[in-house]
Amino acid sequence: MALLEASDVHGGYGGMNILNGVNIAIEADQIGVIVGPNGAGKSTMLKAIFGLLEVNQGEIRLRGEPITNLAPNKLVHKGMGFVPQEKNIFPSLSLQENLEMGTYIRPNNFRRMLEQIYDFFPPLVEKRHQPAGELSGGQRQMVAMGRALMAEPSVLLLDEPTAGLSPMYMNEIFERVKTINAAGVGILMVEQHAKQALAIAHKGFVLAAGQNRFTDTGEALLNDPDVAKSFLGG
Amino acid sequence: MNELVFFLNNVVVSGAVAGSIYAMGAIGVTLVFSIMRFAHFAHADMMTLGALLVLALTTLFPEAGLAIGLPTAIVMLPVAMVITAIAAVGIDRVFYRPLRAHKVKPIVIVIGSLGVTLMLQGLIRLFAGTSAQSLYIAERKAIFRLEMPFELASRPVIITEPQVILFVLTLVAVVGLHLFLSRSRLGKAMRAMSDNPDLARASGINTDTIVAVTWIIAGGLAAVAGTLLSLDVAFKPDLSFFLLLPIFAAAIVGGVGHPYGAIAGGFVIGFAETLAVFNWSVLLRPLRDSFPTWLELPNNLALVGTEYKIVVPFFILVAILVWRPTGIFKGKVI
Amino acid sequence: MNRTLPVRETVLFSGLLVAVVLIYLSMGSAYSTRMLVEAACYAILALGLTIQWGYAGQFNAGVMGFVALGGFAAMFFSVPTNPDFWNTDLPGQLGIVLLMLVVSIALVFVASRLDRVGLPKRLRTIVTVVLALVLYLVVISALREVTGEIESQAGFIGGLGLPAWTGWIVGGALAGGLGYFIGHICLGLRSDYLAIATLGIAEIIKAFLKNSDWLTRGTATVSPLPWPTPGPSELGFTLSRALYLSITAVLIAVIFFLLHRAYHAPWGRMIRAIRDNEVSAAAMGKDINRRRLEIFVLGCILMGIGGAVLTSFNGLFDPQGYLPLNHTFLVLVMVILGGPGNNLGTIFGAVLVYIIWIMSEPLALFLMQGAVTLGEAWFGWDAPSNLDSRALQARVFVIGLLISLVLRYEPKGLIPEKVPEHD
Repeated sequence: MALLEASDVHGGYGGMNILNGVNIAIEADQIGVIVGPNGAGKSTMLKAIFGLLEVNQGEIRLRGEPITNLAPNKLVHKGMGFVPQEKNIFPSLSLQENLEMGTYIRPNNFRRMLEQIYDFFPPLVEKRHQPAGELSGGQRQMVAMGRALMAEPSVLLLDEPTAGLSPMYMNEIFERVKTINAAGVGILMVEQHAKQALAIAHKGFVLAAGQNRFTDTGEALLNDPDVAKSFLGG
Repeated sequence: MNELVFFLNNVVVSGAVAGSIYAMGAIGVTLVFSIMRFAHFAHADMMTLGALLVLALTTLFPEAGLAIGLPTAIVMLPVAMVITAIAAVGIDRVFYRPLRAHKVKPIVIVIGSLGVTLMLQGLIRLFAGTSAQSLYIAERKAIFRLEMPFELASRPVIITEPQVILFVLTLVAVVGLHLFLSRSRLGKAMRAMSDNPDLARASGINTDTIVAVTWIIAGGLAAVAGTLLSLDVAFKPDLSFFLLLPIFAAAIVGGVGHPYGAIAGGFVIGFAETLAVFNWSVLLRPLRDSFPTWLELPNNLALVGTEYKIVVPFFILVAILVWRPTGIFKGKVI
Repeated sequence: MNRTLPVRETVLFSGLLVAVVLIYLSMGSAYSTRMLVEAACYAILALGLTIQWGYAGQFNAGVMGFVALGGFAAMFFSVPTNPDFWNTDLPGQLGIVLLMLVVSIALVFVASRLDRVGLPKRLRTIVTVVLALVLYLVVISALREVTGEIESQAGFIGGLGLPAWTGWIVGGALAGGLGYFIGHICLGLRSDYLAIATLGIAEIIKAFLKNSDWLTRGTATVSPLPWPTPGPSELGFTLSRALYLSITAVLIAVIFFLLHRAYHAPWGRMIRAIRDNEVSAAAMGKDINRRRLEIFVLGCILMGIGGAVLTSFNGLFDPQGYLPLNHTFLVLVMVILGGPGNNLGTIFGAVLVYIIWIMSEPLALFLMQGAVTLGEAWFGWDAPSNLDSRALQARVFVIGLLISLVLRYEPKGLIPEKVPEHD
């Protein structure tokens, strides 16, 4: 049974559909990457999965259980984590308090998870009492991912985790994503840096105009001349 | 030295009293603003409601305080706080939450809160009439006279019992609020929601709970502030429009959404009011002989008359909106 | 364009007409005409608020202040001159104080520009603040002295003895000027701040008018105020009030026509565009704050005029008679119930709500009396003596409840704004 499966999803904002039948499926140990041109509905698809906009056709399942249009805080309880692209930290809370908000639903796990997160992201340790709003872009991204991981999700949704970061930080984030996945967390992420992202992906989904254009393994997509020509910049 | 004592009584003590009351009101206003993003105009009437409940309870059990040695009103205060807090949560459920659910603009909820103001005023005056009443029913207000250790000061500094209680309770409230916001899980979640409501939801924080907690704190503090104001002077049902402006000014001066700023703002407004209505020629009187003869000081050197006291918070509000709309502590909501 | 007969409007206005006729039949024509004149004055206030709130989404919580300012102007210009004041040297003294004020303002202004001639900015600020403080104290002491003299020698300075309509115009201008001041500060910020500031300024204006005995006689009140039309002593109550009503009707018609034109003109479209989508209106390069200020000032002018006309009609200037409930929230209910942004709906709301308001006073007393009678008979309840004033508090509650209910269940009002698809 797939960990996360979305079939024929239609949806959008205020009656205007942006998604016109998207299919996504990843297994428990996989990294799935959604790529595609601007306006293809990549981030919209992620938000639809996380219950942030209305799905008016199709179905989304988590381990076989239907979760279509479930409210975000319920999804968190079911083991889903979401890291938005922007505004993904609490700026006036300290770094550690940001992480603490990640275990809001299971406060007893806080100490144990905190150690794990600091192991994952060693640069965070020495800044833990700083307000998160004062951190650099890469550090913020780590805090945002750390916050989501604190709840021990079985699947993590990442919306363009490397947007606006320097190449050095970008590679670091991709490395972290691989480590997190190796620890047993399924990952579905949207990325602009399609080549680099597909390189670490088990499954890739190329969206255009709110529909799947290509769906295959990351490697196969990277090597597909059609994909390369239209979506990976040659 | 009597002039200095006069200054202490009229500026330092009065300013601290007004400041404490404004601070406790402004904390509620600023918390509501940071969680629900609207200016809660019914806040001053929640203060009056709390005081009214204390008045009613004190009338029912006028002797209750004698056993403990505190004014009966103070003994009744916790009960009134609980009822006011419940009322605040109830008002939100009935009147504000449906508007929020319709995703109206914040200013529509502001108008809704004015509707609540009028309803509360109507109810309060229906039960309490329109005249002032003392909260001391079976007792008398204790007054402490502190003699000054100077030979020239023949007059004492005067502090009343409710003022002392007010200072103590303000301190307790401020420390308690600080511990709640910085240590407790719920308090941190509240700050998180004020920072970024969407992310708070995405972290599994139940925003309805946070809203309810906000109203409980705001309502409880409103009851304290209203009761102690009424103990200090008297219970007046029609106080609210005069309290509203200083409280909002305090919240804005401190930076809206910033609880510690609201406390500072409350004291800024409180002291500014007393400094502005203070007659400065009293302080200059001892020096009069050393002035040149052509300089004849007028008897009244107050910046504004007491009847224009309300101008002071307004002036500060305007000044802060013109020069620094984020407030002295950089509020989150502009 | 859809030209069918507007059923909703026809039904509502017919109902209102029936209500007015019934009141004429039961309460007599003098009483009913007075009620209609007052309702008409409120309609002008409501039109002022509807363009602020309905057209532009600005919430003015201090209508009372602008009404009081208009009322003051109507009183000051129309009341006969006071020879006890003008035949002494007091006008000269007052003039000197005013001159001092002007000179002081000029001096402070110059001081605030001292950095242009090389003074460090910090020093300039200190100099300006200290100078302003000292000059303020000098002027205020002088003013206190003169006004004290005026109060003891002449009572108050009296009016100007001009026709009432001059006061109405100046009342509008004063209110507009105050609106400019408030709007200039608050309109760039969150809309809540405008509500707070207007609420505050209204209380300040009231405090000023109440305590400036030399100017307004304060709590002693000024009456009678002359009408621009022949008064009741010449024509009798009904006829004179009917004449006054016709003047207010003409005023409303003129305002209504001008607003209708403006609403459908590019200017009105721009205002609505700003209200509905500020970001995109700004992106189109429209000077948002300037348009907002225009509409706010316009609304305040109407409130000033409405307040002046109302005060003249009442024939009494009593600063304590201006109440937030009667002059801010009642107007608010008229607008949101009638239909914010719809002039016709607003006028309908004004007349309807005013009729309910006037009729609710005897009703509230009657109900309260009934409750007391029952309470005494059944429970031996000892009713409080100040029952009348308490019964009237029930109306406060009802107005508040009405605001809450309308916002929740009929947020667009009884006659909603018809946004033209395109014009």
